[in-house]
Amino acid sequence: MEAYAVDSVRGSRMSSDLLHTPLYEEHLALGARMVPFAGYAMPVQYGGIIEEHAAVRSSAGVFDVCHMAQIRVFGFGAREFLQGVLTNDIDRISEVGAAQYTLLCDEDGGIIDDLIVYHTGDLEYMIVANAANRSTDLEWLLERRAAVTVTDGTPATELIEIVDESDRTGLIAVQGPKALAVIAELAGEGFEPPARFHLAEALLDRIPVLLARTGYTGEDGVEIVCHASHAAAIWRALLSFPEITPCGLGARDVLRLEMGYHLYGSDMDRGVDPISAGLGWVVAMDKGHFVGRDAIERVRIRGADRRLAGLVVSDGMARPGYPVLHGGSEVGKVASGTYSPVLATGIATAYLPAELAQPGTEVEVEVRRRKVRAEVVRPPFVERTSLS
Amino acid sequence: MYPSELKYDREHEWVRVEGDEAVIGISHFAQDQLGEVVYVDLPSAGDSVAAGETFGEIESVKSVSELYSPINGEVVAVNDALSDTPETVNEDPYGEGWMIRVKMADPSQVDDMISAEEYEAFVNEEA
Repeated sequence: MEAYAVDSVRGSRMSSDLLHTPLYEEHLALGARMVPFAGYAMPVQYGGIIEEHAAVRSSAGVFDVCHMAQIRVFGFGAREFLQGVLTNDIDRISEVGAAQYTLLCDEDGGIIDDLIVYHTGDLEYMIVANAANRSTDLEWLLERRAAVTVTDGTPATELIEIVDESDRTGLIAVQGPKALAVIAELAGEGFEPPARFHLAEALLDRIPVLLARTGYTGEDGVEIVCHASHAAAIWRALLSFPEITPCGLGARDVLRLEMGYHLYGSDMDRGVDPISAGLGWVVAMDKGHFVGRDAIERVRIRGADRRLAGLVVSDGMARPGYPVLHGGSEVGKVASGTYSPVLATGIATAYLPAELAQPGTEVEVEVRRRKVRAEVVRPPFVERTSLS
Repeated sequence: MYPSELKYDREHEWVRVEGDEAVIGISHFAQDQLGEVVYVDLPSAGDSVAAGETFGEIESVKSVSELYSPINGEVVAVNDALSDTPETVNEDPYGEGWMIRVKMADPSQVDDMISAEEYEAFVNEEA
């Protein structure tokens, strides 16, 4: 038996220059299998991907997402500045506590990153970004700030602070139908959870945190923002509940793909515009000018040549990079691909010519020696969760 | 973890000799490294297998591996139950998780395989 180089699960040599999250020692103590991810040593699994996935769909799971980046943007004009660099309409989160999924695009409409922006207070926003894009995003925001003026012509650099708080900030996701009940118990009497896509201050076991009702699994739950020094105490408090299972990046990837949630670097990158990526719904064309607007508008009028399609694979697993065939010739490659325990079959995404990216189209995926039938569907692949 | 009545190879297969037939599966170490198995692709009865050549594939969510035959021969039986319950490979790798039964062309090939003790030393080095 010999493993293909699919992912360095087996025999992964951990290079010594990998960063550690504040929960690194917790993972080792739990016997996690660690892999390099975005420059960090991260747990890919503890007990097993399938059982961790099942825990999140039926009870609750906890994920270390401390590697993700937190960038605070605040000051007079912070709202106007973000409105000009992000694709979604920030006025839809004018209420303090509200949050939204959005994109950072370049002038060509290429996606620099996908983000969640939280309206944390008056004149204050917190951006949560992908770990691998942390320095790119930060530099982009600083460059844009240097290039623009706000409202009456005051340079944005004089008004707006942009601070990378990633190193001192911990982030722990608790996801699953029983997640809120556990959080309520840790928060104590009188606790009211924030509404979906909102955040609020709370005390968990007397530790001050921000609780965001967001996630990447399709289940109800929260993401706990805390000071890095408190992350381990919160992690342990969560794991003292039998309802909660520690879950790694492996389960996280299966859960997010079942919901059709995009993964930056797999489902989109700088070479792809939001329309082609199926993210037109987070681009507010009617809000006025923002970086990338003209390029995105051109794609919208002309129509995308290629679109990200969902694929349900009949027999076997379509892994990233596998060719997608139509009429015997290659029409694309698998972007994301995994096994869905809910559907008990392979699921995947791939950029296909727009005319083939229509639900119902029959294609084939070349799974090593075999050609396997696959059908184009519109994600989510899994319909019924605690959020639906 | 590594039954002493079996013979092993360095690709993590085991063989159990029964008369002139050999039952083949993968070791406890292999199933643990793979994680939960979700697909097993095996040959059909009547196919021939050859030492050092692949006879199938096994997949978990995170990885896919080729299965190598340690011996020459003809497949006489296949564990078809694994197509519906591939997780049996994790639960019982030396029992219900067997993969194929081969009529050996050259039983002396089994003598070239390593013992449980040697295999355990080998995986301890690899781990």
